[in-house]
Amino acid sequence: MGHSDHLDDYGDAYGAIAEDNDAQRWAFGSGFDDPLAGVDTSVPSEVDGTDLAAYCLMLGDDALILSHRLQEWVSRAPELEDDVAIANIALDLLGQARLLLARAGKADGTEREEDTYAYLRPASEFRNVALVELENGDFAHSLARLLVFSTFRLALLDQLRTSRDPVLAAIAAKGVKEVTYHRDYAARWMLRLGDGTPESHQRAADGMAAVWPCVGELFTPHEIELRLATAGVGVDPSTLRAEFDAVVAQVLSAATLQRPPESASSATDGDTDAAGGRDGRHTEALTGLLQEMQGLARAHPEATW
Amino acid sequence: MSEGSSPPADGFTAEGGHGAVPTDASVPTGSDTRSPRNSWPLWEVFVRGKRGLNHVHVGSLHAADAEMALGNARDVYTRRNEGVSVWVVPAAAITASSPDEKDAFFAPSGDKVYRHPTFYEIPDNVPHM
Repeated sequence: MGHSDHLDDYGDAYGAIAEDNDAQRWAFGSGFDDPLAGVDTSVPSEVDGTDLAAYCLMLGDDALILSHRLQEWVSRAPELEDDVAIANIALDLLGQARLLLARAGKADGTEREEDTYAYLRPASEFRNVALVELENGDFAHSLARLLVFSTFRLALLDQLRTSRDPVLAAIAAKGVKEVTYHRDYAARWMLRLGDGTPESHQRAADGMAAVWPCVGELFTPHEIELRLATAGVGVDPSTLRAEFDAVVAQVLSAATLQRPPESASSATDGDTDAAGGRDGRHTEALTGLLQEMQGLARAHPEATW
Repeated sequence: MSEGSSPPADGFTAEGGHGAVPTDASVPTGSDTRSPRNSWPLWEVFVRGKRGLNHVHVGSLHAADAEMALGNARDVYTRRNEGVSVWVVPAAAITASSPDEKDAFFAPSGDKVYRHPTFYEIPDNVPHM
């Protein structure tokens, strides 16, 4: 097949590498799966578009902000192999964020694109939980955060696969496979660190203690989440707590780590700084993160890349 | 088990998939033996791209044990839809031919034109040749 034929057949790069495009030619790495292939992307008429958009921002911002924190590890991870692993996880989450932010622009009728949400919103318009915006800390701290987040998110996406919004359902179906690996990666490292040397055990314990105060917020339902759960579109996060507790208990036990005291978890309720991310209340850590993430886009508003 | 701690008796190892590498300390190899990375053994990675094909050597990596090596192999050496099967093998378990033996090993087959079926026309739609 000549080059010009190729361009005629496939106007875009995704099409050119799409599944079944001459896949026999490639022994390795052929094919590209469009996660929304065959999915009706119009917003179902029975779904409240404003609620759906806000919900997409919650789930999308969780992924976007943690992706950025993970990207901060790139070139700094303790091993080259883990550098690549963490970058892969960050890219998975970025992919989820792109789909969810784009969905928000469709659902609220503003037709805003994913970049508009990512680069042009102030911190007060982000809807992510505090867990994902806090500083990385050391490697054990970051892996403790990843374990907590991916355990929560896997339970959430697992339920979301049956959402009445076909786009959310498709995003969740794709995300389940990704986050299953994220959780496995984080759990394996917590086992190594917790059941390792006295130094690594202490760092793993300190990491879990540092992120635990943010756990309560994950399972505190927002009114939008409750409305969408009733409508069969979203998930009430309080229903996910049992699975989360069981998985984390299993990992911590195998890692010879103690579960941090529950009082630390409920402390977020009284800490206005760390709770309320779903309503746009964030810590200073998010402000600093956004300055770096949005700096280039804000300095060159018309730039394309 | 640390790389270079017990050089094979013949003085070569198959490190890195780049052919035999001298293990004699007098040969400068550019590797820093003080690096923490060298405390983890080396693994060779083989990926099977499609059902019916062979596992193919794609490179090497460091990992503390086989489970970590498999996880690292997934992250370092698979990109898109490779996922049929991955093998990891301790590099120390591989016995490599030596460059000194190259002529004796390989040259005698160079004039055996009948050893590969190169005189057949291969149809365009035969894959993976």
